[in-house]
Amino acid sequence: MLTISRELVDQIIAHATADHPDEACGVIAGRAGVPERFVPMENAERSPTFYRFDSMEQFRVWRDMDDNDEEPVVIYHSHTATEAYPSRTDVSYASEPHAHYVLYSTALEQFRSFRIVDGVIEEEDVKILEPGV
Amino acid sequence: MAIEVRIPTILRTYTDGAKAVDASGATIEELIGDLEARHPGIKARLVENDKLRRFVNVYLNDEDVRFLGGLGTPVSDGDTVTVLPAVAGG
Repeated sequence: MLTISRELVDQIIAHATADHPDEACGVIAGRAGVPERFVPMENAERSPTFYRFDSMEQFRVWRDMDDNDEEPVVIYHSHTATEAYPSRTDVSYASEPHAHYVLYSTALEQFRSFRIVDGVIEEEDVKILEPGV
Repeated sequence: MAIEVRIPTILRTYTDGAKAVDASGATIEELIGDLEARHPGIKARLVENDKLRRFVNVYLNDEDVRFLGGLGTPVSDGDTVTVLPAVAGG
């Protein structure tokens, strides 16, 4: 299960909405599996059907996480015409077995989370922590 | 002295879980050859048809080797090489 604050969910949705119809992507860094620090990334492909982190931006962000003892707890991207379910391309390039892969569909306003390990997709529940609760 | 190679989570199965390993060579290509001798199987995850795989990023210190000389990029003792799978999808 992914447990995530309402603020972080809203930040993902705002980023996806701003970049629509292109796909938006980014990371939420954290420790011990808790997503904390929102890091929107540039989609180097600037495409409605594909995303790729810019290689130098990814290097800096991964080094910062290393320095902070953080990990990429969430890797998110948007789908802008289809449902929030991992595509074949998403599965073939998934390379962080410990991450929650979050997809947000701007077309359907769907927010869903998955584990993708060794080519196998497993959907998981999302628990959103509301402010003040 | 040797060159430190930082290994991403997904390739640590080849390095017995080590986050960083030492290797030697005069270029990125030789370095990957030496890595393969020490950690068999890792080369095929990095190189395809004598080129770096499209969705694997290799950095020499702070630079992506694609913007240097690719596999022919010279390396020297004390350098750090970082491997990161590109985060990508559709």
